[in-house]
Amino acid sequence: MGFEKFLFYVFAAITVFAAGMVVTRRNPVQAVLYLVLAFVSSAALWLLIEAEFLGIVLVLVYVGAVMVLFLFVVMMLDIDITALQSQFIKHLPLGLVIAAMMLFNLFLVLGPSNFGLSAFPSPEPKPAGYSNTATLGLDLYTVYLYQFEIAAVILLVAIIAAIRLTLRRRPQTKYQDPARQVRVRKGPDRIRVVSMPAEPTPPPIMAAPRTEEEAAS
Amino acid sequence: MSFQAIDLFTLLPELVVLITACTVLVVDLYLPADRKDANQLITFAGLVLALLAVGVVGLSFGPEPTLAFGGAFVRDPLSDLLKGAVLVVTLLAFAYSARYMRERNMWVGEFHVLVLFALLGILVMISANGFLTIYLGLELLALCLYALVAFNRDSGAGAEAAMKYFVLGALGSGMLLYGISMIYGATGELGFAPVAQAMSADGAESRILVFGLVFVIIGIAFKFGAVPFHMWIPDVYQGAPAPVALFLSSAPKVAAFAMAVRILVDALAGLGSDWSDILIILSVLSMGIGNVVAIAQSNIKRMLGYSTISHVGFIFLGLLAGTHEGYVAAMFYAVVYALMAAGAFGVLVMLSHQGFEAENLDDLKGLGDRDPWLAAMMTLVMFSMAGVPPLVGFMAKLLVLQAVIDIGLVWLAVVAVVFSIVGAFYYLRVVKMIYFDKPVSDAPVDSTRDARIAVSVNGLSMLVLGMFPAALLSLCEAAFAG
Repeated sequence: MGFEKFLFYVFAAITVFAAGMVVTRRNPVQAVLYLVLAFVSSAALWLLIEAEFLGIVLVLVYVGAVMVLFLFVVMMLDIDITALQSQFIKHLPLGLVIAAMMLFNLFLVLGPSNFGLSAFPSPEPKPAGYSNTATLGLDLYTVYLYQFEIAAVILLVAIIAAIRLTLRRRPQTKYQDPARQVRVRKGPDRIRVVSMPAEPTPPPIMAAPRTEEEAAS
Repeated sequence: MSFQAIDLFTLLPELVVLITACTVLVVDLYLPADRKDANQLITFAGLVLALLAVGVVGLSFGPEPTLAFGGAFVRDPLSDLLKGAVLVVTLLAFAYSARYMRERNMWVGEFHVLVLFALLGILVMISANGFLTIYLGLELLALCLYALVAFNRDSGAGAEAAMKYFVLGALGSGMLLYGISMIYGATGELGFAPVAQAMSADGAESRILVFGLVFVIIGIAFKFGAVPFHMWIPDVYQGAPAPVALFLSSAPKVAAFAMAVRILVDALAGLGSDWSDILIILSVLSMGIGNVVAIAQSNIKRMLGYSTISHVGFIFLGLLAGTHEGYVAAMFYAVVYALMAAGAFGVLVMLSHQGFEAENLDDLKGLGDRDPWLAAMMTLVMFSMAGVPPLVGFMAKLLVLQAVIDIGLVWLAVVAVVFSIVGAFYYLRVVKMIYFDKPVSDAPVDSTRDARIAVSVNGLSMLVLGMFPAALLSLCEAAFAG
């Protein structure tokens, strides 16, 4: 138990530190990288409470897919940091007051009096061969079948909506059509022989004589 | 807990809508551009079938609630009536929007598919029996609506409205989820009935529950558009294409009502005294700001947006009463409001034509000369929204006020009456413009058959339901009989 507790505090500290850095970094790319760190360390926290599947999914889906996408977007966008920062300073006092009030509220409600170990004792460790991935799978396809199907419909809608909002034919876009490129023939398509009349070479240009004014200056 | 075949039968209306949406999705691929009307036929057929399915399922199970999928899904008289109302409103919405969308090159399969999936989300919310299901239904609905608001890709206003709606909607969902997580933390349950049981068993840990309740109510108020969470409504109504605003202002309000009843009454009835106080504040603010600000609007879509906000205040009046009569009145109001909003936006959709959006109050001027029948229908809808007898809006307001007076909050009823008189001004101004002002344009009004039938049914239903409210009222009574 002792070592697990030590691990918990280490990863919890890393998570809090990384989350703080996400909010305070000036460079958005650094902020995103710290967010990745926060996700990885919270995946470790999931592992500590024997939720291996959730831990792995967090790393695979969030760190592997979502955050990489996010990084792409952040790098593509031209974000004006100074403009954001001036707003930040302007609204800081109000934000701090609200944050302090929320923190106080949260402490009252979520503090040890309501959610301490006495109210929620830590769960019994599972036997060695227990697979929580299998249990999750079973539950998902039996008890939560209905919700699972709705989630599937939501994904379908996301696909349809994204395609509707972005797919469009732009006639003036310049794009390459490889099929047409391959079909090009050497004859009239690639090479065109143009017969031009031979022109006489122009006479050499003489240097203009210097004028009176230029000589004077 | 395990899956049984009978579960699929209780799910019949949802299945019909889902299959219709998928059929349209596939058929649309193979339709040539000039035969896109086939989408409309399939959609109509699917919606009528779904209505029949609601009736068949409702009659075969009777007034007792039926659970399916291990308690995730519930079918009861409440869900039957609300599903029926939403399906009718969606039918009207499709009938109104055909010409408008065709003229703007938006008459494509995706429009039908997205509206049908939004409808599916509403049906899921209405029949949800747990926080998880209701949240998934809500997200399905919201995702479709974000895309629909931005449906006109060339419109900057549409993109801006969709962006605002998306950001605020995501914030609202986040609040709702946070509240749900608190309630889960306090009770350890996600189903509505188990949460109610856990609360009555050990009502001690109320501090966490009230904390969660506040966030859940913020989430509900966001979806309803109650003050002070109403900022998105006028902008979204203005920026969205008119048929989308029509759908957005009618059917999702019924869904929001179902969500409020399921969460507040089914699950959190034990905190009744807490949430009814919060609802009083939201209700008074909504009625006040909605009605007063609506007067200053010259854009009729924005005006209808603020009118929505004020009507939401009235729906909350019924809910906060916390009595059987109150719930019945609120349900009656929600259903009737969906019809009224569909009618008002429907007339706007019919007035718009190629290259012209009917969105300013001036565009209605002289409608009485241009098209007497359409003007009469708009007048019926406006009088109904203002609450003039014998139209149904009067009946709805009366029931809500009665429920509030019954629990002794006479001051609240007086406030509501004062604000509804203030509100009557801008509804009557529309009627005055229709009949007593000179027309500024004489462009032809939509005269396609579907839209004509829809607007006639919609306008006359105000009159018929207002004079004979007993049928709808008894259905609402039955919904809360249990």
